[in-house]
Amino acid sequence: MKTIQLTGLALFITGFSLFIISFFIPGYKVTEEVVGSLIEESKQSSLLESAGDIINKDYSSNISLIGDLNRLFEEINETQLAKYSITDDEKKEIQEVNFSTGKFSLSSLDKIFSDEKQTEAFKKKAFNDYGGWMDGREYGSEQELTDHITNVTDNIRKYGIVSQFGFDKYQSKYLKYAIVKESSIGSIDNNSILWILLTYGLCIIGGIAYLLPTKTLDGPPGIKNNGIFKNAMSNRGWLGILTGTFLIIFYILLYFYPEYMTAWIITVDPVSQLLKGSDAGRFFLYGFIYTLAILVMGVRMIIKYRHSKYQIVRTVSVMFFQTAFAFLIPEILLRLNQPYFDFKNIWPLDYDFFFENELNTLIQSGGLGIFMLGWGLGLIGLGVPVFVYFFGKRWYCSWVCGCGGLAETLGDPYRQLSDKSLKAWKIERWSIHGVLVFAIVMTIGVLYTYWTGSSQLFGVVDTYQMRSVYGAWIGAGFAGVVGTGFYPFMGNRVWCRFGCPLAAYLGLVQKFKSRFRITTNGGQCISCGNCSTYCEMGIDVRWYAQRGQNIIRSSCVGCGVCSAVCPRGVLNLENRDEDGRFNQPILLGNDSIKVSN
Amino acid sequence: MQHTVIIGNGIAGITAARNIRKLSDNKITVISGETDHFFSRTALMYIYMGHMKYENTKPYEDWFWSKNKIDLMRDWVTSIDFAGKNIAFKNGSSLTYDQLILATGSQSNFFGWPGQDLKGVQGLYSYQDLELMEANTKNVKNAVILGGGLIGVEMAEMLHSRGIHVTYLIRESHFWGNMLPKEEGTLIDNHLAEHGIDLRTETELEEILDDGNGHVKGIKTKTGEIIDCQFVGLTVGVHPNIDLVKDSHIETDRGILVDENLQTSIQDVYAVGDCAQLKTPPPHRRPIEAVWYVGRMMGETVAHTITGNETKYQPGVWFNSAKFFDIEYHNYGTVLPECPEGCSEFYWECSDKKKCIKVIYETNSLKVKGVNLFGIRNRHEVWDRWLSQEKTLDHIIENLPEANFDPEFFTHWEGEIQEKFNNEFPDKNISVRKKGFLEKILA
Repeated sequence: MKTIQLTGLALFITGFSLFIISFFIPGYKVTEEVVGSLIEESKQSSLLESAGDIINKDYSSNISLIGDLNRLFEEINETQLAKYSITDDEKKEIQEVNFSTGKFSLSSLDKIFSDEKQTEAFKKKAFNDYGGWMDGREYGSEQELTDHITNVTDNIRKYGIVSQFGFDKYQSKYLKYAIVKESSIGSIDNNSILWILLTYGLCIIGGIAYLLPTKTLDGPPGIKNNGIFKNAMSNRGWLGILTGTFLIIFYILLYFYPEYMTAWIITVDPVSQLLKGSDAGRFFLYGFIYTLAILVMGVRMIIKYRHSKYQIVRTVSVMFFQTAFAFLIPEILLRLNQPYFDFKNIWPLDYDFFFENELNTLIQSGGLGIFMLGWGLGLIGLGVPVFVYFFGKRWYCSWVCGCGGLAETLGDPYRQLSDKSLKAWKIERWSIHGVLVFAIVMTIGVLYTYWTGSSQLFGVVDTYQMRSVYGAWIGAGFAGVVGTGFYPFMGNRVWCRFGCPLAAYLGLVQKFKSRFRITTNGGQCISCGNCSTYCEMGIDVRWYAQRGQNIIRSSCVGCGVCSAVCPRGVLNLENRDEDGRFNQPILLGNDSIKVSN
Repeated sequence: MQHTVIIGNGIAGITAARNIRKLSDNKITVISGETDHFFSRTALMYIYMGHMKYENTKPYEDWFWSKNKIDLMRDWVTSIDFAGKNIAFKNGSSLTYDQLILATGSQSNFFGWPGQDLKGVQGLYSYQDLELMEANTKNVKNAVILGGGLIGVEMAEMLHSRGIHVTYLIRESHFWGNMLPKEEGTLIDNHLAEHGIDLRTETELEEILDDGNGHVKGIKTKTGEIIDCQFVGLTVGVHPNIDLVKDSHIETDRGILVDENLQTSIQDVYAVGDCAQLKTPPPHRRPIEAVWYVGRMMGETVAHTITGNETKYQPGVWFNSAKFFDIEYHNYGTVLPECPEGCSEFYWECSDKKKCIKVIYETNSLKVKGVNLFGIRNRHEVWDRWLSQEKTLDHIIENLPEANFDPEFFTHWEGEIQEKFNNEFPDKNISVRKKGFLEKILA
């Protein structure tokens, strides 16, 4: 048994090392065909002119290729800016012509820019587009007019020239990723199935071979927490730090620098082809790894808690919802030319549910799309309150949700690292409800823009700016980088506890209108602290249990581990009558005192 | 302002302090030589096993004490001048009090075995014992534990968690023979064997053997058998820690004698928890009850008396709990190792030999006296009600599902238990719980 386990560990480490190595394996060669297939014709020539030294060059690493591409885009942008920017002399001219009349007029531009020269024609048109609001405006001060003109010409530089003749932030981001992916050459591109087997295959087989023997090695079924606070992985030791660092880097690459991870994405192309009939993107790779992590570590969870049917059923549930609802069904929907839709994702966790492109896709997708829209709205308005009333927020957070699913499987070894202090609870309440408010305001802005077409909410907030800030800082940074990357440092529910706006919404219902509670069994608590220690949400369960009080906390996700680790059978998750849910803290057994404790 | 001084920061002393603070604005000082802060003594084993750190065993964060104006003092008390109401400390300082609560806890029993002072031989009660055990068990392969009680089985689990082979000697014919009836004890015996604990029943210690350097190298049993080991755990019970006062004129027996208000023979001096001995214990209760719950109840009660509301210590229905490796134990009411005269027992055991229930009842009236539950969690509140209302066996077995406190989806055994009851009491024919749809699927 021990041998199987060690072999498993060796296989896993081999697979994981190959996964890391595969990052560095491909070479890259950018061909004219690649450029031709990815870049619109109007920009091809300017790119090919400046890209002479990149085309057909053999790159051994993506880092140098991406560096060159960055320089290339910058160079082109500078050239184009120099060519198309309205010069200081021209600005001065515009200013002089219009100040003398006291009133700004767009027609004055006709005198300055000729229609014959392409650059001047552009300048005139651009000023018309960006400075239309100045037309007919009266200027008493020279300074004001200068400021407004500068404002317009700056905007033209920033938004007009770069996107029309050069490569703006979004396009260069996309192109870097696409060019690197298409230019990748070598063993992974030719043998991706072999590489899948060598990386994921070995990791899965190794992981399972490592986990299954614990069933015999750990002794009879029961709580197996021996050595958790002496282990380098589960007690912020070197292994934990290494794991956390890897996760953080992985998430930063995934969300902000996907052009660096094309080798990993290419590896899973065959899986993607099989499921949805097209090549993988970064989020396919992410979903694939995510699902595997939940499945393999779900097996671990089931073995570890094999004495508890509650834990087994719950774990099978998160494994099922991740595999079917989050991973397979959306990909299959794509294959069937239907909108990508995760039926178990709920706004505001699913923060882009109301984004216009999402809404439009659903609305334009016929009956199924409309059903999906109704389903999503139904979950928000009806599903959440009704299910939370009957079962508590656990029905979602620790039975269905993908973030919860990862936390309860991959994250289980880190649950004891959550901060139990009162201070942490205070921070938690501000931060999670803060994110909820942010999500609601952002969504109001999005819908306002959707219905009115105006991107300014209350005349001050730019709704596009707001959603991109939310997406980057909350959606990617908080939920991803911090949410998972910090498992080995702050426990497995950092996002769910401090950030998830849906958890905040579910929690408000759970606190104020629900049948769910954790019941404390009379006076049996011995204040040992196992419940608090293993609460992934950082609830000081013992505080309540040792007073004989039920535990009703909006953050409780109902994982049931406090009840499982309790050595005295004190805690139980229950859905019961609301009467007596908020019970008085009375410790049973002492007939001398009949007052609350 | 009155100054209440409490010696001992265990559950009894701390509960007293907390409740006095709630009920008054007395100045409160809690003294301990053991640790700076209150921790859960019952959790010491989990620190050793790596389930928790010492920090995790503290029920209150460190800011709690100053916020609630409870002064903590870390020192050992050397003597108490009861006439002058003054306490002297090891560091030379002293402190005066208006009321004094003695909550000094227990000490491990050592019955004078040859070799009991060797290195590698110890009991387990205090935080210092835990540190000693950590040092004593480095590189140890074999250990012997003596004494079939709660601390003994905890120690066995602790050592086992570090891969140390444990030979476990108990004098009785089954585990915890002075508390558990034969069937329950045997059930635990089997479970210990399942974990690889080498349990030797009816085995007594003759002497502990010296390796020549003052360290234990093995033990010899009364039958002459020699067992090699590098560590010996002596867990043959505890006795009240009364060293501080036994030479004073305060009245003591095995413990510090207290009346029903928990007051000692000296005015304004009280004793609570393990160190207290009730002069007249209530019916079905023993004069010394060294368990967590009793310490907590006494602490709570004495706080009322000290703050001017004289309150008698009246524990309700006895309850207790424990965990033996993976098997949890709940006890409500009185279950003695031998079934008392005039009483009978109803016993059901699961086919996996890991769960059982034993109910003691009066043979004629069927009034239930107490219950032992192994591997099944039951509700304290329900059993407290049943026992104080003297419900009958048939009533309780029929309503057993009401007391069930197992987590959701766990197998319900009440149906089987009720069927067994109906077989033994055919004339009663109580209704039997039916399995639900989901239960059948998950069974």
